[in-house]
Amino acid sequence: MITFTLNGRPLSVTEGTTVLEAARGAGVEIPTLCHIEGLEGYGGCRVCMVEVEGSRTGCAPACTLETAPGMVVRTDSEAAFELRKAVLEMILAEHPADCFNCKHSGACRLHELAARHGLTKVPSGIERSGFPVDDSNPFFTLDPNRCILCGKCVRTCAEIQCSDVYTFADRGCRSSVAPGFGDLLADSRCVSCGSCVAACPTGALRPKDGSWSGAMYVDRRVRTVCSYCGVGCQLDLLVSGGRVVGALPADGPSNRGRLCVKGRFAHAFIGHPDRLTVPLVRRDGALVEATWDEALERVVRSLRSTVDRLGPDGAAGLASARCTNEENYLFQKLFRAGIGTNNVDHCARLCHASTVTGLAATLGSGAMTNSIDEIDLQDAILVTGSNTTETHPVIGTRIKRAARRGARLIVADPRRIDLAEEAEVYLPLKPGTNVALYNALACAILEEGLADREFIAERTEGYEEWAAAVRSCTPEKAAEVCGVDARDIRRAARIYAGARAAGIYYAMGVTQHTSGTAGVMSLSNLALACGKLGKPGCGINPLRGQNNVQGACDVGALPDVLPGYRKVSDPAARAAAAAVWGREPPSEPGLTVTEIVSAAESGRIGFLYIMGENPLVSDPDIGHVREALSAVDFLVVQDIFLTETAALADVVLPAACFAEKDGTFTNTERRVQRVRRAVPPPGRAREDLDILADLLERLGLPPADRSGAGVFAELARTAPQYAGMSWDRLEGGGLQWPCPSPDHPGTPILHAGRFTRGLGRFVPLAWSPPAEETDEEYPLVLTTGRNLYQYHTRTMTGREEGLSILAGEAYAELHPQAADRAGVRHGETLRLSTRRGSIELAARVSEGIRPDTVFVPFHYAQAAANILTGTALDPLAKIPELKVCSVRAERGNGRAPS
Amino acid sequence: MIPLMHVILDVSEEAVKAGAREFQEVLEAKLRKEFLSEDVRILESANLGVSGRGVCLLVYPDEVYYGNLKPGDAARIVEQHFINGKPVEELFLGSPETRRLMEWRRKEGIIKKGRGRVVLDNVGAVDPESLSEYRSRDGFKALEEAVRNGTPEGVLETVKESGLRGRGGAGFPTGMKWEAVKDAPGDRKYVICNADEGEPGTFKDRILLEGDPFRILEAMALAGYATGAREGFVYVRGEYRTSIDRLENAIRLSRDAGYLGPNVLGSSFSFEVKVKEGAGAYICGEETALIESLEGKRGTPRLKPPYPTTEGLWGRPTVVNNVETLANVPPILRNGAAWFRQFGTERSPGTKIYLIIGHVVSPGLVEMETTTSLRELIYGFGGGIRGRRRLKAVQVGGSSGGIFDPSVLDEAMHFDALKEKGGILGSGSMLVMDETTCIVDMVHGILNFFLHESCGSCVPCRIGNERLVRAVNGFRTGSARMSDIDLLEEIASAMKVASYCALGQSPYLPLATAIRYFREEFAEHVNGKCRAGVCRFNVLKERQEAQRWMLAMSR
Ligand SMILES: Cc1cc2nc3c(=O)[nH]c(=O)nc-3n(C[C@H](O)[C@H](O)[C@H](O)COP(=O)(O)O)c2cc1C
Ligand code: SF4
Ligand code: SF4
Ligand code: SF4
Ligand code: SF4
Ligand code: FES
Ligand code: FES
Repeated sequence: MITFTLNGRPLSVTEGTTVLEAARGAGVEIPTLCHIEGLEGYGGCRVCMVEVEGSRTGCAPACTLETAPGMVVRTDSEAAFELRKAVLEMILAEHPADCFNCKHSGACRLHELAARHGLTKVPSGIERSGFPVDDSNPFFTLDPNRCILCGKCVRTCAEIQCSDVYTFADRGCRSSVAPGFGDLLADSRCVSCGSCVAACPTGALRPKDGSWSGAMYVDRRVRTVCSYCGVGCQLDLLVSGGRVVGALPADGPSNRGRLCVKGRFAHAFIGHPDRLTVPLVRRDGALVEATWDEALERVVRSLRSTVDRLGPDGAAGLASARCTNEENYLFQKLFRAGIGTNNVDHCARLCHASTVTGLAATLGSGAMTNSIDEIDLQDAILVTGSNTTETHPVIGTRIKRAARRGARLIVADPRRIDLAEEAEVYLPLKPGTNVALYNALACAILEEGLADREFIAERTEGYEEWAAAVRSCTPEKAAEVCGVDARDIRRAARIYAGARAAGIYYAMGVTQHTSGTAGVMSLSNLALACGKLGKPGCGINPLRGQNNVQGACDVGALPDVLPGYRKVSDPAARAAAAAVWGREPPSEPGLTVTEIVSAAESGRIGFLYIMGENPLVSDPDIGHVREALSAVDFLVVQDIFLTETAALADVVLPAACFAEKDGTFTNTERRVQRVRRAVPPPGRAREDLDILADLLERLGLPPADRSGAGVFAELARTAPQYAGMSWDRLEGGGLQWPCPSPDHPGTPILHAGRFTRGLGRFVPLAWSPPAEETDEEYPLVLTTGRNLYQYHTRTMTGREEGLSILAGEAYAELHPQAADRAGVRHGETLRLSTRRGSIELAARVSEGIRPDTVFVPFHYAQAAANILTGTALDPLAKIPELKVCSVRAERGNGRAPS
Repeated sequence: MIPLMHVILDVSEEAVKAGAREFQEVLEAKLRKEFLSEDVRILESANLGVSGRGVCLLVYPDEVYYGNLKPGDAARIVEQHFINGKPVEELFLGSPETRRLMEWRRKEGIIKKGRGRVVLDNVGAVDPESLSEYRSRDGFKALEEAVRNGTPEGVLETVKESGLRGRGGAGFPTGMKWEAVKDAPGDRKYVICNADEGEPGTFKDRILLEGDPFRILEAMALAGYATGAREGFVYVRGEYRTSIDRLENAIRLSRDAGYLGPNVLGSSFSFEVKVKEGAGAYICGEETALIESLEGKRGTPRLKPPYPTTEGLWGRPTVVNNVETLANVPPILRNGAAWFRQFGTERSPGTKIYLIIGHVVSPGLVEMETTTSLRELIYGFGGGIRGRRRLKAVQVGGSSGGIFDPSVLDEAMHFDALKEKGGILGSGSMLVMDETTCIVDMVHGILNFFLHESCGSCVPCRIGNERLVRAVNGFRTGSARMSDIDLLEEIASAMKVASYCALGQSPYLPLATAIRYFREEFAEHVNGKCRAGVCRFNVLKERQEAQRWMLAMSR
């Protein structure tokens, strides 16, 4: 502890604290322009000068000055004020002459400080000018003429975002910040995350979305959660004149002030003219406008007739991983209690069913075991089957930062993804060979005696049997199967097992296989063997895709479980539900997404209700899905846009998007966070919760309290993990489940001390090849996935012009060798064919992919990857094998779709 | 075989234009003819410290300067001077004044070998490319003694006792610096020789590097031995091609002979030296910016503390010493601290290389004891003010030094000289100005230099300099107001307090002293008068008047 005097008051701080940190801690404001919270002091702007008694020059910059015992500091003396003023005056002297009339001034920190020091801009003759403005990024502008060279953008991008875009160019007053090597932003490595824009204290980096120029007119800032992925970043929506004009990052527990391009800039869809604003019903083959009453009555009528004809199981519903917990809860209640069927599922089937099945079996809970924040504690990280920087961008960035701070990173992925560049060991394995690799890692760990014997003895079961099986899976054997170097497998094993805190992160590259559940379980085996569970910075962490896929599962939008993962087959669970709902759900598990599609095709489903999903693009083997949807008697689609799927519906219900409703999302780390309404839904569109409550009422089952908080309270009564939560308690950072009682602080780390299922279970698993193997006709492996700039089937992101500029076209990534063999060059049209169909799209030739593999993002309807994919299912979790099938690549004859 | 004489031929651009190469050819031919090629070694230097004197030749050991030579003179010099030992007086450099000056130099013993010459004694006397010549003058004796019979502690102790202070500008005690590095924890440490020499007009470090490169290597090895460093870097200003070449050559020869490399002279001490070319910016001479630049980054200063002695190159403890500082080390270790302390003052022992430039009869550099007064330097070594003019001002210590009037002439030029007047000794340059100099104009030049050299990372230096230049320019062009004199001081003093590194703090001293001693001149400029007749604001004013008039007419 150090005691010094600040403005006449004694103050004690820990050693190494700077004067700035100490002052801020004590609530004393010192102006800064170049300081970035949490990073080392930079000392460039010199506006943080304070008076230091007895120092050589009398004053010193607070941001870089370390406190020392007995130091006497004044922030409020005349000398300090005058010096700060002199420095600010210099900055203004260099600033463009139009500064004080500039329309950006409302959001300009420089302007604000100048005003506080009683300064107005007087032309000085040395204003910066003549620097070319970089307008090439679709979302923001870099205007070096307004730059004060504080370096925040440089350091933010390099040290927080880890994208290293900017460098300082030139020297002295000719210095400027610019993307390296004289590039434009558009040609740089910039991923448009906007962190630099948020950091910039002037108008030098300003968003194009109007939130800047209109900043002084922003009426409200509404704290909410991003709806684009499972990371669950908190952000502030900026509302002006009843419209969302922009967003700024907030200090949420998962994002800590970061956002990615989608959360930050992709908001055009909210007030987009294409939004559905009135209910539509099909009349004489066409969708026409209708009243709510008419539409809902039609839904109820056809539902009744279906049930009469086929029984309750003739109805099925697809819930939505994009809607709130409250909405999904009511949706499954509608089916279970209102209709009496368990036929309710959602897209989680397509991404993480194998996780839920696999981890429930080995650990007892199918969710991310640890928290995102713990990345900062890790000294080793294994990323596999996840292109994290593109699919969970903020987590990707945080992993990147950890690697740069010294955490040892292992990446196992068929594509040389961005994180591979930061990795100590990169294993470019062949798609479909995950289990072989994980077993080999385990084998190497056992061989070298690196397993955690104590942990295994105390906390696990089934070890001997598993160990016996895994010992034969040597790295050398795996090397052949996976196409990687055995020595690298051993190195990776040593790094993972030897670390103090090591976490595993994986996503659909593991789950979307016929061996998906086996992959998940073998990762779990690996973590169990090394004792890397139930402790800070460890764990096995499935990264959930959509913003609320975790929550949709939690609240029971699955055919076999009630809210809180209580089995429908469990009489006690059914009784508990009945006590709340007034009706008991059926005991037989319902159909899964893929089963619903097959059942519909064969006429066994007469009524299908799809809330906020677009299976016609997202689901495997689209041809098949289209037939199924057409075969259904009555299709209800509730969505915010007229999607490909909605266009086939009999009734279309216009719903609200995340910015138009109150509710909760549960992110990938089990954190339940509040979503808040910033603007009303357009036209006659209604909040989903409202629509569902209305339907329940029409079915004679009105919820006791239709408000969001009320529905959440009801949910908390049925899902034990949520029992201790309420909207009031979720203010701020939210809570991580399980949270069993109102005084429980939530659970950042699962399985501490005890596994949810008691002991952790080892499960021996042998590698088996994917359902479809390559042959002469289809010699390449096709793998699908997503990219940073698009979300799901682009219903939202497709409306953001900037994103379309950055990644608006379908493409297939393939190795130069594969391209040569197909006879295409970069940018030319490629034709991909599988046993199910073919598509044409642009070739993107890249060294970053295995020569035997082709990658296609599934976002694009014009060249939908899912025309190609197969429907082979994982036998345990029924997840389709979207990540591997065999494909043929050849020169296309049409034009690449544009 | 050791030559009997060295002649240094001026090969500056100017001299070459005047026919230096032609002269060299004739001279070489003549020497061959007389079988003197082995005995008289011709060396080249791009800067003999003289200018405007055509083809020049400096002859050692006699220290005779010839100037304005024609090829035809070569034969005469060889016959009369080299063979018969009678310098050819008619060909001596310059005017009768110069000859008087050379007389003074001889008398003062500056020219006589030995006295006061601690660092420059080899320059011009040995072939800088020959290891054996360096050794013939006790070269590498100190290193040999240290690694064979000495201890690191012993070396350090002698350097500390000698009281040697850094010659790079700040005058920090070298022994203390080395001790800090020796005591800093860590097994990898470095020695850096700062040879960036960015100060305009200064070339003392280059003379040392070009003339005596082995000595610098020996000193670096000794620093490494004393501090536990195993690796050294010489960071040389990029323009110093010859220095770089000679250093590379010296490193190669020293390594081959076992003075550098693994197990120096069979001992357990190993030391490697690499030469790095500078990035060409003045700020890269600042030790932390230099380190950044060595690490391959943009050369901008680091925050201090931590100082390089604890966290220097790649975060390891690092000695950074100026070339001249290092050049003192081998003689100190050979002759002992007491020997060194007999020169100079108690607190600034030894000698200093002074550079006398500007309006003196014979500009150049000279090594003198630190007891030497400014008057001796200007009127003795420099031969007084040229062309019968009067001394007006001296800038002491280089661009960031104070600008004084003749009242300070009798001050001795040691490290603490002029301290109470705010002055610094800096690099030891003395810029001498006669009445033809306009102080305002000259300050403008200095500020322009700082503006040009600011790295731009901190506000006070980047923008303050721009404002200063603009404001001083107001005095030159006649648009300044009386209150601008104080404004100048205000800006400069804010810069002094608020700047990140010493460069941004630098304008204060020259500006504040100029205003203190020559305030009247600034005031005169406000009223449209430049007593030196340098500032052409009247012309500008007239032009403005004319424009205004034309504008009025056209309305
Ligand atoms: C702007 C600036 C430029 C400098 N340039 C040089 C230089 O060219 N050569 C030099 O030796 N020291 C230079 N210095 C001083 C060095 O930072 C450092 O003090 C010196 O190299 C230490 O060596 P010494 O202790 O042997 O003097 C400069 C300092 C500043 C602030
Ligand atoms: S938007 Fe993000 S990636 Fe792009 S330059 Fe700014 S901080 Fe870097
Ligand atoms: S662009 Fe903005 S953040 Fe970057 S250096 Fe300039 S003022 Fe600072
Ligand atoms: S990382 Fe995910 S949650 Fe965060 S801003 Fe991006 S899309 Fe939104
Ligand atoms: S004072 Fe500032 S701008 Fe000037 S050289 Fe030092 S760090 Fe660079
Ligand atoms: S905040 Fe301290 S110098 Fe900029
Ligand atoms: S006030 Fe103009 S950019 Fe800040």
